[in-house]
Amino acid sequence: MCGKQFEGRFEFLEHTADVYVKAFGVSLGEAFENAALALFETMTKTGKVDPIEAELITVEADDLCALLYNWLEVLLVSSETKGMLYSKFQVNRWIETAGRFKFSACVWGEKFQPEKHVQKVAVKAVTYHRMVVMCEKIGNVVLEFILDI
Amino acid sequence: MSFLGEDEGRPAPERVPLEKINDYLWKIPQYKADMHVSGLIFANQALLEKMQTDRTLWQCANVAQLPGIYKHAITLPDGHEGYGFPIGGVAATDHTEGVISPGGVGYDINCGVRLLASNLTEQDIRLHLSALTESIFRNVPSGLGSRRKDLTISNSDLDRLTVEGVNFLVERGLGWSEDAEHCEEQGCMLNANPDMVSNTAKSRGLTQIGTLGSGNHFLEIQKVDKILNLKTAKTFGITHEGQVMVMIHCGSRGYGHQVCSDYLRVMESAIKKYGITVPDRELACAPGTSLEAHNYYQAMACAVNYAFVNRQAIMHWVRQSFQQVLKQDPENLGLKLVYDVAHNIAKIEKHEVEGKTKKVWVHRKGATRAFPAGHPDVPADYRNEGQPVIIPGSMGTSSWVLVGNQKAMDLTFGSTAHGAGRLLSRSAAKRKYWGGEIKTRLEKSGITVRAASPMVLAEEADQAYKNVDVIADVSDQVGIATKVARLVPLAVIKG
Repeated sequence: MCGKQFEGRFEFLEHTADVYVKAFGVSLGEAFENAALALFETMTKTGKVDPIEAELITVEADDLCALLYNWLEVLLVSSETKGMLYSKFQVNRWIETAGRFKFSACVWGEKFQPEKHVQKVAVKAVTYHRMVVMCEKIGNVVLEFILDI
Repeated sequence: MSFLGEDEGRPAPERVPLEKINDYLWKIPQYKADMHVSGLIFANQALLEKMQTDRTLWQCANVAQLPGIYKHAITLPDGHEGYGFPIGGVAATDHTEGVISPGGVGYDINCGVRLLASNLTEQDIRLHLSALTESIFRNVPSGLGSRRKDLTISNSDLDRLTVEGVNFLVERGLGWSEDAEHCEEQGCMLNANPDMVSNTAKSRGLTQIGTLGSGNHFLEIQKVDKILNLKTAKTFGITHEGQVMVMIHCGSRGYGHQVCSDYLRVMESAIKKYGITVPDRELACAPGTSLEAHNYYQAMACAVNYAFVNRQAIMHWVRQSFQQVLKQDPENLGLKLVYDVAHNIAKIEKHEVEGKTKKVWVHRKGATRAFPAGHPDVPADYRNEGQPVIIPGSMGTSSWVLVGNQKAMDLTFGSTAHGAGRLLSRSAAKRKYWGGEIKTRLEKSGITVRAASPMVLAEEADQAYKNVDVIADVSDQVGIATKVARLVPLAVIKG
């Protein structure tokens, strides 16, 4: 659906009304990076978004699903309120302590320019519907989630 | 006959048992111990078979597990899988013994439809149609990151407009004094309190007021195709076939989405605090009398008003576009507001349950209120007929005006369907069609199209949706709303 370009990083699964994403990674951090890329590939062609402005983001939550939800939501809100599109994501400093998950990330992108960037569909919200965080084996993390559009 | 053509989603985790009541009504018995009531499905055989291909019925059975739910968990003919609640559903819970759930309203709070009736007929605008479409496309921001540079509002304006609703704009010259009367809640839901809305929601809302958005949201110039109930139609200002109408479909944008998201978190803590078990994280809720419920309701009311104001601003720019292009006075053009209805909302209403009047939380998620003649909440000039119900179809097909009916009060807490409901996934639609092809096909059939994103055109292809005529038919046959008029598009504007 989005070609071979994102093979091994994420794919879009079938869903009647909304966008159903499956993202992969050798670590939770990498899978979260690919999930973020899928979020922005839903809105635009990320290949045309130059990673020229950097931002630091910190996310925390009580469980991994909530952590994924919060991460994608922070990016969505930041994109809407600052008029930004992001195309490069790097998760750093993953901390797990006593049932609390936290990480910081650096994200890169640029301001949305209608004449430069492809408009796909705006994402309304991240949802918990069918959300899965699977990390059974070392080196094989799979995330699934649905974006409300 | 089955609609299933694609490998859409996964089946429900369990087979949901069904009992046929008649050709349009099906019951999900209380097959699980946690179900407080049964499920009631409004569908013909084909619509039901489609619902069985995803989690619609299973979600309906989950909704039946909400504490304090009355009568049935209801799924309407356009029902499809949603988040926690199916989309195209109604659930009413006791005001004090029951719960309120943000998931029962959804992310796009007060996503809804507004219909305008002009004094023009198709021939009056045929030659101007592309100029009109272009003018509206320029005047009404749509698509990613779009906004009107001249409509800047301060933080305090934002708080005021979410309390005052439609009249906030009318007082500033964006609309007519009679507009608010023809909105659900008179364009201003009471109990709105911006202190209950996060700064994140406010910052998303600040830049998006007066924008159409994208996805399934649209604006159409339509004509009346046929009138089925002359008397009621006339009362609503629908007077003749060929009459030019305008339909606006959008919601509360990022403001409402964030209110939902924020309160989903609040409710997750609430279910732990009050010891409520729900079968799905998106059904998180709080007891009707709790502080969490109170706060959500006040925040939701702000988002409801945001959406009313959003549609009011868009309507104003549509009226301006008609004036600019046709160079006529507003009096000649008409473009009066027929009605503005919410499709995603929770309300405190009184309904008859087992012979007693109960105060309930009515959750309408992808459902239209359909109050009958004589109801005090129906605008005075429509009260002899009933409340207008506006059901938009998919892009390029038909839309419907129906009128509320007493039977809806008995069966569906005064509600009916809200739209066509998707049939094909977005990716399946894109594999089948591409935007340019859709545009060409619509234009060949005489429909002008303007879209911010061609990709959205393919995703929103008319064949990707169920036939809205069937949805209106089932509502009419069951008697939860009565058909008044069918509308067809002349021009489509998409985000």
